[in-house]
Amino acid sequence: MKKIKWLVPTIYIIFLMLPIYWLLNMSFKTTTEIINVYSLWPKDFTLENYVTIFTDSTWYMGYVNSITYTVFNTIISVSAALPAAYAFSRYKFLGDKHLFFWLLTNRMAPPAVFALPFFQFYSSVNLFDTHIAIALSHCLFNIPLAVWILEGFMSAVPKELDETAYVDGYSFGRFFFKIFIPTIAAGIGITMFFCFMFSWVELLLAKTLTATIAKPIAAIMTRTSSTSGYELGLLAAAGSLTIIPGAVVIYFVRNYIAKGFAMGRV
Amino acid sequence: MNKTQNQKAWLFVIPVFVLVAFNAAVPLMTVVNYSFQETFGSNVFAWEGTRWFKEILHSERFHASLGRQVVFTFIILLIQLPLGIGIALTMPKKGWGVPVCLILMSMPLLIPWNVVGAMWNIFALPDIGFLGNSLNSIGFDYNFTQQSGDAWFTTILMDVWHWTSLVVLLSYAGLNSIQPAYYQAAEIDGASRWDIFRYIELPKMKKVLTLAILLRFMDSFMIYTEPFVLTGGGPGNATNFLSLDLVKMALGQFDLGPAAAMSLIYFLIVLLICWIFYTIMMKDEGRT
Repeated sequence: MKKIKWLVPTIYIIFLMLPIYWLLNMSFKTTTEIINVYSLWPKDFTLENYVTIFTDSTWYMGYVNSITYTVFNTIISVSAALPAAYAFSRYKFLGDKHLFFWLLTNRMAPPAVFALPFFQFYSSVNLFDTHIAIALSHCLFNIPLAVWILEGFMSAVPKELDETAYVDGYSFGRFFFKIFIPTIAAGIGITMFFCFMFSWVELLLAKTLTATIAKPIAAIMTRTSSTSGYELGLLAAAGSLTIIPGAVVIYFVRNYIAKGFAMGRV
Repeated sequence: MNKTQNQKAWLFVIPVFVLVAFNAAVPLMTVVNYSFQETFGSNVFAWEGTRWFKEILHSERFHASLGRQVVFTFIILLIQLPLGIGIALTMPKKGWGVPVCLILMSMPLLIPWNVVGAMWNIFALPDIGFLGNSLNSIGFDYNFTQQSGDAWFTTILMDVWHWTSLVVLLSYAGLNSIQPAYYQAAEIDGASRWDIFRYIELPKMKKVLTLAILLRFMDSFMIYTEPFVLTGGGPGNATNFLSLDLVKMALGQFDLGPAAAMSLIYFLIVLLICWIFYTIMMKDEGRT
């Protein structure tokens, strides 16, 4: 029993890695090879697909755009959610429970419902095709999420911490920035991870709100199918590159990730 | 925690309130507006009352895509929950295996959704994809772009690939919060493996599992990008889920009225089910 226990996670991980391997495999092949030869590894190893992406500004700007709005969104979401989460975890106020549920309903709204009105709304305020428009629209689901996670972490901090600080003569501002924020630093890190993650993987709104200037990489990828047939090699290379930022972020939060999922109740 | 009454707390909530209201209220009102009107292009609108709602609620097309959606979500939950719990139970608890498992298992969660769709598309293609080619070479007649059964199989397998890790991570965190004393007590009592799972681990995981069900329900019920890229709703309408159908109607055919009415009905269904879950969860935490 003990001996075969590691088998289950191993098989699962192999299952997870297979499609990723296949994508990488294809990214090192030429499109002709992909279509004509079926092979488990590249026979005619090429970096051409990656060279195309890194030398063509319409390609690599897609990554810059995606990272730009994702970072904007993470900063906006977390800084707006911090005071709100504090209020929810420490105080009772008129309509607090309703407000909390109303926030969560926005996490539950299917993005497909909002695609068209968002397009019209952001066009009418002249924000269409800007990074800030996507960053703001992603607040729709990331702010509720951030408030929810942070509230979980803040409620775990005993209230005596606040009270002792006030007795010691701290003002609210000094207490909040000097004592409280460092105390929940891990929680803030995890919240940022989740905001980054959901903003990074979302495409429907990002695609609807952009035309050329702020177009995310994920939307640029669809180009490979429309121009000269299917450029599968290029598509695979572009796809492989989108995995990197996520992998980097996971590496940094690896020790907190499981705890964060449960604690933050995502 | 006992909270103090303080109306000034609203000041802390204002930034969040404004940002979300800006994003939610205005567009939602637009949808509500459309749902009661007929458009004739170039911004001419006519009042239609509840006509679109009646039409949608009675339309075959809506019933069909809602039915597909419910079946899909149900299958997803049925596979991912037991599988996720099972994997979490067998994961190493300490040592170098822990970060390796956590990092590798989280990978699918951080890949943009359309890349997931594209990746599975080329993975499953019957001639050049690993999955498709392997299945065909061992004698299955597999082609997900032509046969609806295969399209369903591929979509479900893709979602299992994409999201089971979320259930694993949640269950794993739940399992880790159990004190070793519980296991020692169980050992003294001579409890079987099944008893330990049934009477110690499962009750302790109740909270995270409710959360897992809630999240998996929400996200699988709203699934759009992955099937859009993988199958495009096809072959025919075989994998045309609610979101796909909605976007086709709104952006493809510009039937704004019916699309808006459908959006609202869709949103209300999600909201109702989530509200039930939310109430159960909050009761468990003793907050209500």
